[in-house]
Amino acid sequence: MTLWIILTINSIAMGGLLFLLSSGFSLIFGLMRIPNLTHGSLFMLGAYFGVTFLRLGINFWIAALLSALVLALIGGLIERLLLRRLAGQELAQVLVTLGLSFIIADVCLLVWTGDPIPLTTPESLRGVVRFADVVFPRYRLAVVVIAVIVAAALWLMLERTRLGATIRAGVDDPEMARVTGINVSRLFTAVFCLGSGLAGLAGVLSGPILSVYPGLDAEMLPLALIIVILGGAGSLPGALVGSFIVGFIYNFGQVMFPEFAYVVLFLPMVLVLVLRPQGLFGRQSL
Amino acid sequence: MIRLAGAIGLLALISVPIWLGNSYYVNIASQILIWAVFALALNVLVGWAGFVSLGHAGLFGVACYTGALLIVAGWGHLAAAVAAIAVTLVASALFGVLSLRTSGIGFIMITLALGQILWGIAYRWIDLTNGDNGIILRARPQPFGVSLESPSAFYFFTLLVFLCTLASMAAFAKSPFGISLRGTRDQARRMTALGYHVWLIRFAAILFSGLFSGVAGLLFLYYHLYVSPHVLGLPGSAEVLLMVISGGSGTLLGPIVGAALVVVMKTVASAYIERWNLVLGAIFVAIVLFMPDGIVPGARRFWCWGRNSLRELIAAKGENLS
Amino acid sequence: MRADSMRKTLKLALAVTLPLAVIVHGAHAQDPEPIRIGLLTVKTGPLATGGIQMEQGLNIYIDEHNSMMAGRPVELIVADTGGSPATAKTKAQELVERYRVDAIIGPLAAFEALAINDYIAQVRVPTLSIAAAEDMTQRMPNPYFVRVSSSSAQASHPMGHYAAIDRGFRRAVTIGDDIAYGQEMVAGFQRSFEDNGGQVVAKLWPPLNVAEYSAYIAQIRDVDVVYMAFAGVNGLRFMRQYEEFGLHGSIPLLGGMTSADESILRNMGDEALGVISSSFYSAELPSAANQAFVSLMRDTYDVDPGYYAVSAYLEALVLDTALQQVGGDTADKEALMAALRSVSLEASPRGATRFDEYGNVVGNIYIFEVQRRDGRLVNTPIKTYENVSQFWTYDTEEFLSQPVYSRDYPPARFLGQ
Repeated sequence: MTLWIILTINSIAMGGLLFLLSSGFSLIFGLMRIPNLTHGSLFMLGAYFGVTFLRLGINFWIAALLSALVLALIGGLIERLLLRRLAGQELAQVLVTLGLSFIIADVCLLVWTGDPIPLTTPESLRGVVRFADVVFPRYRLAVVVIAVIVAAALWLMLERTRLGATIRAGVDDPEMARVTGINVSRLFTAVFCLGSGLAGLAGVLSGPILSVYPGLDAEMLPLALIIVILGGAGSLPGALVGSFIVGFIYNFGQVMFPEFAYVVLFLPMVLVLVLRPQGLFGRQSL
Repeated sequence: MIRLAGAIGLLALISVPIWLGNSYYVNIASQILIWAVFALALNVLVGWAGFVSLGHAGLFGVACYTGALLIVAGWGHLAAAVAAIAVTLVASALFGVLSLRTSGIGFIMITLALGQILWGIAYRWIDLTNGDNGIILRARPQPFGVSLESPSAFYFFTLLVFLCTLASMAAFAKSPFGISLRGTRDQARRMTALGYHVWLIRFAAILFSGLFSGVAGLLFLYYHLYVSPHVLGLPGSAEVLLMVISGGSGTLLGPIVGAALVVVMKTVASAYIERWNLVLGAIFVAIVLFMPDGIVPGARRFWCWGRNSLRELIAAKGENLS
Repeated sequence: MRADSMRKTLKLALAVTLPLAVIVHGAHAQDPEPIRIGLLTVKTGPLATGGIQMEQGLNIYIDEHNSMMAGRPVELIVADTGGSPATAKTKAQELVERYRVDAIIGPLAAFEALAINDYIAQVRVPTLSIAAAEDMTQRMPNPYFVRVSSSSAQASHPMGHYAAIDRGFRRAVTIGDDIAYGQEMVAGFQRSFEDNGGQVVAKLWPPLNVAEYSAYIAQIRDVDVVYMAFAGVNGLRFMRQYEEFGLHGSIPLLGGMTSADESILRNMGDEALGVISSSFYSAELPSAANQAFVSLMRDTYDVDPGYYAVSAYLEALVLDTALQQVGGDTADKEALMAALRSVSLEASPRGATRFDEYGNVVGNIYIFEVQRRDGRLVNTPIKTYENVSQFWTYDTEEFLSQPVYSRDYPPARFLGQ
C-alpha cells in the first residue's frame, strides 16, 4: 500500500518536473511549428549555468532565474540568426536544431568537463516530509508547487494579456494573425525566448533531482516530444495533463511491468498518435 | 556527356583501392558506401515522399540482428540474407501501417517511438539478442566462393551492392511510381482527386525504403561481424537523417555526399580534430545558412552562379574589345 | 543539362578524392623507431568522463618516464570511439593499419571490446584492456589480451563475503544498470553473498533511459542492505535519491567498483558518506607507489585519480615492464605477449599483481568506506582481500563450465521472500 502511495506522489512530482521541461517546447512548436530539437540541449545548458551560478555562491532561486534569462537570450539569438529564415522548411529546421545540439553538447563538455554534477538542493527545502508510513523529499513536492505556479502564470499570460491573445491568435491561424496587423516575426522571437527561458529554468530546478551530465540532453528531448504529442501541441493544459500522464506511466509502468520498462513509455504515445493524432487537447491535426 | 561523367565516376570508384593506398582508407570507403546505401533508402521517404523518419535505424537493425541470429544458428549466408530482408519488409510494413496514420511531426515522433521500442527490445530480450554484449559473427560470407575478408575484396562487394542500389534508385525516380510518389509529397489532395491511392503509394515507398535499409544493415553486419543494440539507437537514426538532409534530400547524389561527410568527420577527421562533434555541428549549421537545400543543390547553384558570372565576364570583355 | 551532370559528377569526384589524397599523402612514411601506443578511449558522449580520465592517467605515466619505455621513445595516439562499437572497431583498425601501433590500451566499454575481439586476434596486436567484460578472459579468451584492472565480478565476490561474514547482513536487494557490466557485478555479489548465508530477495534493474530511481527506491523495504552496481552518473543519482528518500543511514548501502568512484565523489556531499564499496583501487591506498601517482595526478590535473585513470596508468606500467623484459623488441609479438602475461608487479598503485592463465589480473581487492578527510570525500580502505582472481574461491573448470554471469545467472533462489 505504501508503495502505491509513494508512486502516486512521485508520479505527480515527476509530472511537475516534466511540465517545466515540456512547456517551452509546446509553446514553440504550437506557435511556430518548429520541431525544436535543440530543446534538450537548452535544458542541459540551463542546468550547467545553474552549476556555475551556484558555485559563485548565488542563491538557488536567483540562479534559476538568471539561467532562465541567459537561456532566453541564447534562444532569441538562435531564433533571429538561424531559425527566422527557415519558416516552413522542416528539413532545414531539423538539420540546424540538431547541429546546434551537437555544438552545445560539445561546448558543455569542454567547459564543465564530463563529470556528473548534482545541483545542491536549496537549504530550506532539504529533508523529508513524513506522514503515516510514507517518506517523501520536500524538494520534489516544492517542484510540483512551482510547476503549478508556472502553469498558472503561463495560463494567465495567455488568457488575460494582450501578448497572450496574440500568441493564441498566432497558434490558431498565423496567416489571419498577420493580416490583422500582428507583428508575427517579433512574436516568434518573443515566444522562442520564452520557451528557451523555460527550458533553462527547468534545467536548474531539475538539477537537484536529475543532476547534470553529458547525455542529459538526449535523455530529456524524447520525453518532451512524448508529452507534447500526448497533450497536443500549443496547448498548455495539454502539456500539463501529458506531463502527469507520463509521470504516472513512468512510475507505475516500471514497477508493474519491469520487463517492458523500455517500451512502456512509448506505447501510449504510439496509441495516441494512431488513434488521435492531434493529441488529447490539440485543436489542429499535425 | 552523362555517360562520360558516369564512366569517370565509375572508374574513380572502382580504382579506389589503388589510389587510396592504405587498407584503412579502403575500409573507410566501404563504410561510406554502406551508409550511402542507407541514406539513399531513407531519402526515398524524406526526399521523395516528404516524410521525416527518426526510427530508420530500427529497420536497419532488424536486418542486422535477423541476419546475425540466423547465421549463428547455422543458416547459409544466402538464406540468412534473404530471410533478413523478408523480416525487414515485415517490420517496414508494420512501421508503415502505424506511422502513416499521421504526418509531419507526428510521423517523426511515431517513428522515433518505434525505433526506441525496437532498441529497448534488443537490450532487454537477452535470451534472443544477448543484450548489450551483442552477437559476434566469425566470418564474412563467400559469394560464389570469393572471400570477402580482405579490405579490397569487401570494398568491391560493397561497391557492387551500392551501384545496384543507385541504379534502383535512379530507375525508381524516373518510374511512374516514383513520379507519383513525389506527386503525393507535393500535392496530396490533388493526387487523391486524380484517383491515386495516396496511402498505398506511401506505404509501398516505406517498403521500398525498408528493403534497402535492410540491405545496408546486412552490409554493416558483414563488415563489422558484430551487432549490438547500438545500431538501433536514436543517434544512428539521427545520423542517417542528417546525412540525407545535409547532402540534399530529394537528389540522388545528396545522400551519398552526406554519408561521406558524416563518416569522414567521424572516423578520419576525429583523428585530427579533437572537437570533431562541434565542428560537425557547425558544418550542419553552415549548410543551413548557405545551402539550406543541402550540399548538392547548393553546390549546383554555386557552380551555375560561377559559370554564369564567368560567361558574363567574358561577354563584357568581348564587348570592350570590339 | 548533360554538361551540368558531367560537371556535377566531376566536382563530386574531386570533392571526395582531393581531401582523401591530402590525408593519405600526409600519412606516408612512418618512422619505425618509436614505440607506438594506441589509446582507445571515449572522449565524446555519456562515457566521456571515464575516457578523459583514462587519457589523463596514461599521460601521467608517459610524462613520469620522460616519454620513454625500454630505451625507446613513446608515441601516443589517442582515438575517440564515441562509445559506439562500430566506431571502436574502425578506430582500432586506424590504430593498427594506419598508425601501425605496437600495442593498444583500452577500450573502455565491454561492447567495444567484444566488437574488436576477433580483429585483435587476427592482427595480433597486444591489447591491454580496461573493459571489464567477464568472458573476454573466460569463455572467449583472446591470446592477445591482458587486463590489469578487473573483470566485472572480481571485486563483487569479496563484497558478498564481506557483507555476509564481516557485517552479518542476511537480506539484500540489488539494483544496477541493466547492462552486462551491471549484471555481471550483481551476479558476483549474489553468488558469494548467498554462498555465505545471505539471501538476495529482490533484484532491480532500472532501464538505461530512465533518469530516476524513486520508483525503485520505493520498493526497497524489509532488507538489511542494498547493493548497487552503477557506473557514471547513475551511481551519483542513486546515492542522492537514496538520501532524498531517507534511506541513507537507515539501510546500509554497498557499491560495486565504479559506483563510488573518485570522479563521482568529487562532486558529492554528505549523501555519499558511509557508502561501502569494493574495488581494486582508491586514491587513499597508502603505498608509496600510489601516493607518488596520486601526487602527480593532483599536481597535473587537480583531481584525485579513480578507476579509469589508474587503469590506464597500470596498463602502461605493465606494458613498460614487459617491454623491458624483451629488451624493447616489439617485432616479436608472441614474445611480447608472453612477457606481458608473465609480468608480476611487487609494487604498483593498486598493490602486488600478476596474471592468471587467461590474461586477467590476480591482485588485491579492497573494501572501502566513504569518509571525509581534509574536507574531501575519499574511499578509505577498511579491509584487504589478497590474491583475488576472477574466479574467487571457485574451481576454475567448474566456473567456466557454467554460463557467463548475466541477469538470470546465477539464478536467484530467494526472490520475494
